[in-house]
Amino acid sequence: MSIFEYNGSAVVAMVGKNCFAIASDRRLGVQLQTIATDFKRISKIHDRLFIGLSGLATDVQTLYQRLVFRHKLYQLREERDMKPETFASLVSAILYEKRFGPYLCQPVIAGLGEDDKPFICTMDSIGAKELAKDFVVSGTASESLYGACEAMYKPDMEAEELFETISQALLSSVDRDCLSGWGGHVYVVTPNEIKERILKGRMD
Amino acid sequence: MGDSQYSFSLTTFSPSGKLVQIEHALTAVGSGQTSLGIKASNGVVIATEKKLPSILVDEASVQKIQHLTPNIGVVYSGMGPDFRVLVRKSRKQAEQYNRLYKEPIPVTQLVRETATVMQEFTQSGGVRPFGVSLLVAGYDDKGPQLYQVDPSGSYFSWKASAMGKNVSNAKTFLEKRYTEDMELDDAIHTAILTLKEGFEGEISSKNIEIGKIGADKVFRVLTPAEIDDYLAEVEESAAATRRTGKIGNEEEESKMMTGGRNYTRLSIDSQKVSGSVCTPRWFFSRERGVKISPSHHLLICFHKR
Repeated sequence: MSIFEYNGSAVVAMVGKNCFAIASDRRLGVQLQTIATDFKRISKIHDRLFIGLSGLATDVQTLYQRLVFRHKLYQLREERDMKPETFASLVSAILYEKRFGPYLCQPVIAGLGEDDKPFICTMDSIGAKELAKDFVVSGTASESLYGACEAMYKPDMEAEELFETISQALLSSVDRDCLSGWGGHVYVVTPNEIKERILKGRMD
Repeated sequence: MGDSQYSFSLTTFSPSGKLVQIEHALTAVGSGQTSLGIKASNGVVIATEKKLPSILVDEASVQKIQHLTPNIGVVYSGMGPDFRVLVRKSRKQAEQYNRLYKEPIPVTQLVRETATVMQEFTQSGGVRPFGVSLLVAGYDDKGPQLYQVDPSGSYFSWKASAMGKNVSNAKTFLEKRYTEDMELDDAIHTAILTLKEGFEGEISSKNIEIGKIGADKVFRVLTPAEIDDYLAEVEESAAATRRTGKIGNEEEESKMMTGGRNYTRLSIDSQKVSGSVCTPRWFFSRERGVKISPSHHLLICFHKR
């Protein structure tokens, strides 16, 4: 079994009208055994920037800590929050630093840029950025996620409809993947507020 | 770094709490050629004298104003070779930032990193402080910015500043002339007038350098032809001012021009006074006049006829 499939994960982000949504599953497993059903894969960098990390859980946590560290210093030095594009470049650089002994995770970055324009991107474990205009996926359930998102996605959805769409896409995809699931964790971010919701799906 | 015999810092505190080496570095800056910068509402201009040691020097090859990034430029007073080293380091830092964040470096960040380098050279073993003060001009998301960085590593943001030989006169002149809502072209005129203040010899496009950055965020060094145009405009407006007989500004200007300068140039214009106010005033003609020593003040009174 590949090391990326050791813990199991599913992360997806979608673009809406002046808003974005980012969602993940909640299972933490050690191969076939489920250890926890409340594992946090999505973390806030600042009020308009979120990062979801799939892959090996230890790297998920360590990489998140490193990125928060870098962002805090940036905030102190430059007296402003990082733009999502800038943050994506930073993550890419940090991942590539470990080119020959990489962090075994794939990040999904979602944020609101200037003029409240939503920004999403994903990258592989050594920092190859992939920008998208509609949705990005990563994790063990990524193939199912691609299919579900492609079918369900519509451009320019409002926050509520976006929430419904991303939740349906996530739950139906993780149901097809034994290593991810046990509920969902969805953040819908608009210029004015962040809505965090827990989904109850098939608990297996 | 360096020889183990010089692993101690050469910059040490004196009993009065000063770092004497830095004071000496500032003296080196103070004897360098005058340079100045002015922040306008829509851009920044920096300028410097370009006095070459001999007429045989190819002036086109000398570039005192340099780019650090496409939207940040820098000029110096002091030791040219030290400036080159700093420019090289700053360019590298700017590019490293760009490579990491894929974003052009903000002016404040670049200034801070350059200042950090200069500070390191006041506290490391076997090195001496830099003998330059820098004027960094840039335009980024926060708007036009002008910073001065000293050999000690301290930096300040200025609306207008000058450094080098003629610093006190130039700063006094700038204090009087500076307005918050100045536009870039006005600022260039003011910069030229300020340089003219302490200029020994005739000012021309061959012995000054001007760099500007506007809202287009592109830093450019003006070509000699463009400098000639601005010089002509300055001459024209000065001549126009004389003809209409303006008072106030010119009077203060004249008083300033005599104080603290090495010599004063004046000759009496044979033109009759057309203004109707009885006030002592200075007249300067365009021809080179008689050199008078600083203690002489000639007052000419014109009476209303």
